Amino acid sequence: MLATAIIVFREVLEASLIISIVLAASKGLAGRNTWVGGGIAAGVAGAVLVAVFAEALAEAAAGMGQELFNASILLAAVLMLGWHNVWMSQHGREMAKSVGEVGRAVAAGDRPLYALAIVCAVAVLREGSETVLFLYGIASTSGEGPTAMLIGGATGVAGGVALGIALYFGLLSIPMRHLFTVTNWMILLLAAGMASQAAGFLVQADLVPPLGDAVWDTSWLLTESSIFGKVLHALVGYVSRPAGIQVAFFVVTIVVIETFTLLVARNGEATRKMATR
Amino acid sequence: MVSWRSLSLPARAAAAALIAGVAFTAVPARADDPTVRITIKDHKFDPEVVEVPAGVKVTVIVKNEDSTPEEFESTELRREKVIPGGQEGTIYIGPLRPGSYEFFGDFNPKTARGRIVAK
Repeated sequence: MLATAIIVFREVLEASLIISIVLAASKGLAGRNTWVGGGIAAGVAGAVLVAVFAEALAEAAAGMGQELFNASILLAAVLMLGWHNVWMSQHGREMAKSVGEVGRAVAAGDRPLYALAIVCAVAVLREGSETVLFLYGIASTSGEGPTAMLIGGATGVAGGVALGIALYFGLLSIPMRHLFTVTNWMILLLAAGMASQAAGFLVQADLVPPLGDAVWDTSWLLTESSIFGKVLHALVGYVSRPAGIQVAFFVVTIVVIETFTLLVARNGEATRKMATR
Repeated sequence: MVSWRSLSLPARAAAAALIAGVAFTAVPARADDPTVRITIKDHKFDPEVVEVPAGVKVTVIVKNEDSTPEEFESTELRREKVIPGGQEGTIYIGPLRPGSYEFFGDFNPKTARGRIVAK
């Protein structure tokens, strides 16, 4: 039961942290809870589907179906996170000023809410499918019985969610005028970390060259297996022994998102200046 | 010129699906790399120590003879893959520097342990 709790906790932790950042970054956006909740629900449904079709997925694409699937959904999440940051550079200042007003609605036009829902769905799906498969295995073979498994699983989920809640309220304690700057950085790092993870799966599928087995080795200091290492892995994409191409994906993601963010911000600035003449 | 940002959401979804479809069908076969085989039985790896040549790509074929899925994982090799019960999974590793690289079964970490030794 304890082993189940620990394994489920580690799987849920990463998704939980990502959802917390998304929630903090979208504070004040109308309808945000519905969208994020929907994303989580879709992620859970997707996780069950992926687990049910695990055999077919594993055999697809010359045996590289899992890797391609994981890389694809991670890159989709990277795109969504990048789009959120670009959107925020357009509207962030307006939002920071007007958050707290009763009945306030965000500027009309495209909102990043479904993008954030997709990010949550991907995060839950990634870890969730492994969790479902693990629990299925435990249920099939363990002599403990379903109750012990359910308690262990629920405990693990509760632990992961608790850490996510802690991060969320920690972020909310940041003064409003700084909150979106902080969450923008965290989302940028989240995107870069996910891109680096996607690169890892592409290397595993032998679709891209690793460009160096371990550009650095800080496994003596911190590995991804420890809880803190996993947290750092989820938040900033920390890898103790990264392949060169993972570092490349990480850097390129930051450069591309930041470039678009600055371009859009500058564009918005020019428009505002013209409007106030 | 069409840019990603100029596309509507349905267009983006279609483009992504197209790219994914192409990727799913265009994976190359690798028949010429050295191959090693590992079996999972009773939540344990067999053999537990696998020797591979260093400096070249190696194909690792893991056959899961248990009825339940196992996740072959290694932080040192940067690999993680779920292998459904009764199935075989292929994992490409390397080129590796000489040394010892630990792997484990993430679903049964206490019993499923092993290492790859690159020489």
